Amino acid sequence: MEDNVILRIGAKILIPFILMFALYVQFHGDYGPGGGFQAGVIFAAAFILYALIYGVDTAKRVLPLRFAWFCGALGVWIYAGVGVVTLFMGAEFLNYNVLRHDPEHGQELGILLVELGVLTTVFGVMVAIFYMFAARRQVR
Amino acid sequence: MTAHLPVLQVVIPLLAAPLCAMVRHGRIAWGIALATSWTTFGIAIRLLAQVQAEGPISYALGGWAAPVGIEYRVDLVNAFVLVIVTAIGAVVTPYALKSVEQEIDAAKIPLFYAAFVLCLTGLLGIAVTGDVFNVFVFLEVSSLSAYALIALGQDRRALTAAYQYLIMGSIGATFIVIGIGMMYVMTGTLNMVDLSVLLAELGPNRTVAVAFGFLSVGISLKLALFPLHFWLPNAYTYAPSAVTAFIASTATKVAVYMLLRFFFTVFGGVFSFDVMQLDRVLLPLALVAIFSMSLVAIFQANVKRMLAYSSVAQIGYMILGISMASVTGLTAGILHLFNHALIKGGLFMALGCVMYRVGSVEIEAMRGLAKKMPWTMAAFVAGGFSLIGLPFTVGFISKWYLILGALERDGWQWWLVVGLVLTTSLMALVYIWRVVEAAYFQEAPNAESPGGGFPGEGTSAVVEAPLALLIPTWVLIVANFYFGIDATFTAKVAGSAARSLMGIAP
Repeated sequence: MEDNVILRIGAKILIPFILMFALYVQFHGDYGPGGGFQAGVIFAAAFILYALIYGVDTAKRVLPLRFAWFCGALGVWIYAGVGVVTLFMGAEFLNYNVLRHDPEHGQELGILLVELGVLTTVFGVMVAIFYMFAARRQVR
Repeated sequence: MTAHLPVLQVVIPLLAAPLCAMVRHGRIAWGIALATSWTTFGIAIRLLAQVQAEGPISYALGGWAAPVGIEYRVDLVNAFVLVIVTAIGAVVTPYALKSVEQEIDAAKIPLFYAAFVLCLTGLLGIAVTGDVFNVFVFLEVSSLSAYALIALGQDRRALTAAYQYLIMGSIGATFIVIGIGMMYVMTGTLNMVDLSVLLAELGPNRTVAVAFGFLSVGISLKLALFPLHFWLPNAYTYAPSAVTAFIASTATKVAVYMLLRFFFTVFGGVFSFDVMQLDRVLLPLALVAIFSMSLVAIFQANVKRMLAYSSVAQIGYMILGISMASVTGLTAGILHLFNHALIKGGLFMALGCVMYRVGSVEIEAMRGLAKKMPWTMAAFVAGGFSLIGLPFTVGFISKWYLILGALERDGWQWWLVVGLVLTTSLMALVYIWRVVEAAYFQEAPNAESPGGGFPGEGTSAVVEAPLALLIPTWVLIVANFYFGIDATFTAKVAGSAARSLMGIAP
């Protein structure tokens, strides 16, 4: 795709908006359709588009496989970590009420953090899977 | 923190798994896995003690009360299953260190332990939860990690075995989730206790009957009931030794627990056995499984495969006990969950020792091995005694209760069942004896067999397995005899668990 100017420029214009839209889906998930999983997929799609246009090796310099992997693990820790924090704050696992003084605000914060965990894991795993499939062809 | 033990049982391994995946060194990952498996074992023991003292424990996740939120509910039945799974995990993890270092690429070892701990998470989750959809989620967690673990086997055939298991396991899981969906449509709840109340109120209903059918088939696939067992022999044969020891003594046991949970708690014993007449299906299948798989096991050249077929037969014993739908029968089934985990865990670990030194578990390769690996082969023989069901072993206890259960029933056909149990014990004697004969009474294949037929040096250079492998193996073998001589604890817990499932006050 090196010489395909329209694709290269098009991707460059699109990628920031895709990333922004992913964050919109993430943070607007409380009010509209969306949430961590969809946001994670969209976020990963931006990087996958970059890898498709500019090559997997370039993409790996931007986002190494190891980092994608790390994101996959980190998300689980964010999710379960919120639960463990609520445990230590004296409530049940994932009972967000105690996170803030006002239970309603606690619920909002809890959901947001947990969804952030989902986003991180889904994003990391999506990119890692894409890299794995892309690497299969390079070997042969 | 003790109030949170039911959820910690699952959360601790869930947090440990990504940690294992992130470290670069195999030994560190192993250390994390070891700490996790021992912690979960401690929690399971505490939970069992607490349940015995105070009755069932209910835990509302996120503070949402039972029918709306996800409830973790621990009673005697699943507390016992938790102890079985975590105990095997706690013994297999120390064993895995050396065995895995030899059988798996160093780069993949951290990922191996990540999958191993995830599999433990899934199995514990299935056991601890009181929510049917949560059961499905954890079933997928445990199954997906199990496929990956099996695929890590040295033999390339491990890949096809794992793929076969993936297809069959996914079909099973799909059937289960269809069944759950139908129950949800009819009742609007996913909580087990709530479901049992609402389903009983609903009365005779075709959708519920169909859900029952889907669940029966799906769970039977997962526990490898006779005609649905085809994934099992290959999966057990080609998986790494430590994985076979772990999965053989936990995964199918947890599936049997699911069967108990769905048919006795959710649908209720009366609906399952009097209305749907489940025993008319389970009993013949169990008998065919016991007999045909014992017969097939006799003709196997690979000892791991032989034990895999024997496992299908042993699952038949558990189902036989359950299909009696009486307290004694259920006690036998639940006891055999525990006992068979000890038996097969010990036997597969002994085989892992053979694999470690000889590089093959074909009967041919094991000729004359008793002189070179006396402790390993002694462990195998002792485990074999237990599998056959000689007195003073756990196998005897299981069969004793099974026969008691059959004798309680009237009618000549139950005498046939007793006869079959005794006959198949003799068949177990035959297939264990084949290994004993090769190892103790035949000469080692030295110069007279050109090529040897297995990789590495010939058996002449073989020495006893390292202590890191032998000690965990013997722990399970000694447990076989300990709980065989003094079965008061296991029989008491299994008996009360059976009574609580039948709805009789313990």
